[in-house]
Amino acid sequence: MVLLKMKFPFQKRVRLAQGLWLLSWVAMFSGAITFAMGVFLKTELHRRSEVMHSMDIHIVPNLLMAVGLASVGINICAGKVCQDSLDPSRFPRWKTFLPPFFCFSVFLTSLLLVAMILSFALQPSLEESLKIGLKNGISFYKDTDTPGRCFQKETIDRLQIEFQCCGNTNYRDWFEVQWISNRYLDFTSKEVKDRVRSNVDGRYLLDGVPFSCCNPASPRPCIQYSLRDNSVHYNYEYQTEELNLYSRGCRQALVSYYMGLMNTIGPCVLFDFLLQMAILVSLRYLQTAMEGVIGQENVEIETEGYILEKGVKETLLETKEKVKRLLQLAQVGDASSTTPGTQPEEEKPATA
Amino acid sequence: MVVGKMKLTFQKRVKLAQYLWMLSWFATLGGAVTFTLGCFLKTELRRRGEVMDNTDIHCVPNTLMIVGLASMGINYFASRICQDALDPGRFPRWKTFLKPFFGCSVFFTTLMLISVILSYAMKGSLETSLKIGLKNGIRFYKDTDTPGRCFQKQTIDRLQMEFQCCGNSNYRDWFEVQWISNRYLDFSSKEVKDRIKSNVDGRYLIDGVPFSCCNPSSPRPCIQYRITNNTAHYNYEHQTEELNLFIRGCREALVYYYMGLMNTIGAVVLSVFLLQCSVLASVRLLQTSMEAVAGQENVEVDSEGYLLEKGVKETFMEYVDPVLKLLWMNQVTPPEAKAEAGAS
Repeated sequence: MVLLKMKFPFQKRVRLAQGLWLLSWVAMFSGAITFAMGVFLKTELHRRSEVMHSMDIHIVPNLLMAVGLASVGINICAGKVCQDSLDPSRFPRWKTFLPPFFCFSVFLTSLLLVAMILSFALQPSLEESLKIGLKNGISFYKDTDTPGRCFQKETIDRLQIEFQCCGNTNYRDWFEVQWISNRYLDFTSKEVKDRVRSNVDGRYLLDGVPFSCCNPASPRPCIQYSLRDNSVHYNYEYQTEELNLYSRGCRQALVSYYMGLMNTIGPCVLFDFLLQMAILVSLRYLQTAMEGVIGQENVEIETEGYILEKGVKETLLETKEKVKRLLQLAQVGDASSTTPGTQPEEEKPATA
Repeated sequence: MVVGKMKLTFQKRVKLAQYLWMLSWFATLGGAVTFTLGCFLKTELRRRGEVMDNTDIHCVPNTLMIVGLASMGINYFASRICQDALDPGRFPRWKTFLKPFFGCSVFFTTLMLISVILSYAMKGSLETSLKIGLKNGIRFYKDTDTPGRCFQKQTIDRLQMEFQCCGNSNYRDWFEVQWISNRYLDFSSKEVKDRIKSNVDGRYLIDGVPFSCCNPSSPRPCIQYRITNNTAHYNYEHQTEELNLFIRGCREALVYYYMGLMNTIGAVVLSVFLLQCSVLASVRLLQTSMEAVAGQENVEVDSEGYLLEKGVKETFMEYVDPVLKLLWMNQVTPPEAKAEAGAS
């Protein structure tokens, strides 16, 4: 049962080949754009990698880059094939190349769809990775003298300023860690001694945040210390004060940013996928239509084009058989080279 | 005295026309690039318009935009001219158009050069404008409740964070103004009363800066208040402390930024200028060599092309005379009419 049979007169074949050639150039650009978007996404993820705990999310841009490059190659081949397709003497050389080419291309094109699905499916993983990364960043904020952690302060400060956020979930995360290093604390002062004694771990905890949490849109100069104490600041009520610090947490800000990026990239990738599939289908029709012409004297006859010669199930079984035979041949070749002694045994039953 | 005389064979004329056609398209692109750069520079200047006192510097991007547009027009016509140049039947219709065309082109091309010179010459004006603008911005920082000034705080804060600068010349500019509004000062407290009494104008002056002056690269949490008081902070000496606040002044930071922009733009515009000059010179050569051939039966003869028929001064006077005559005519006729009326 032939799948999606279509009749192709000579003129239609010519138009198909010309249209396909043009479309393959467009798809080549589209593939290059997909590659560029993959590179951009990877760069953006890499920039904030210091506050990310795992690299799972990097599979999305990696896939986009791989498929973008492959798609450029696929479309160059497609363009060459349809250039040769209208010349019956040059077309036959593509005969053995085309079936594996189609399998390979369909596989790569479906990877685009996989990348799109992954970009949504990996959101929880990204959020978890950011949660742990930011928690570590805030814990190591004070360790500007420890090698390997000395840039955490600058990273977190610049992150909070750029994304207009404070802390992991909100600004209260800063109340639970000691973010002022012991080097800058006067341990002879009463205030410091009281605070250090007030908790089990002996940490200097205060109801204050770093300067990078300050919101420039606030009408009053920034209040970063004694945030919970209304009496310390004139005309201040922390319960109603909204503009003083950034209210958003950095985890939410970053997830929102990356999801926005991937939502913008998504439609472009979808468009590329549809374009690529259209090219592969048209190329298949062209190939099968031209195969009907090969060997004939009059090349201007009408031929039939189809996507699959037999049904989907039968084609899959056939392909499985072919692959099995290839594997068996490889095994038999190995077996005959290593055990020559079995041959006389086979002859014995014949003689008996 | 002919300037730039050259003998042009038929083949040479054909090649000149072809190259000129391609060159004029590149020059059109160059004109478009000039226009875009002008737009970009204007946008950047407008973004920081709130800390600039006057808009004198805007003459640079304005000139660039005008010149860019004019250059696109000039090169479009140049390409049309050289398309028609090799056809003796179609070339004569350009005859009357060419003189004003060259006049305009030379004018606009000189304007391109002037804009590049201006971008360096106006540095002093930009610096003065920023000095006054930033001074006002810092003074009105606290006036977040006054209409017309309520955004100064946000503007200055974002400026200091983005350009990594503090104050006008340096952070000490903040010590000389009251940047904390009276709404947030407790006038019953002793400290506030002392500070207000300590100066003639009754302003609340402190040795502190806003949070936007804080440098994220500092290893210790930011010290923004009591900066000059070493005893107020543990393990702190303000004379040797370098990383705590941004050291650079915002005026210097902004001037540096804009000069960098204009240097890049100047280099690009200069190359477009050279391209434009070569296009105009080639069109002139092509025109004069084709004029020598016009009317002849055999178009494949050698002809001479030149840039200027007479010397530079004489040609300049030739162009300027008609313009002057137009201006003078309005003045000359009334006295003549009066004299005639008197005579009759």
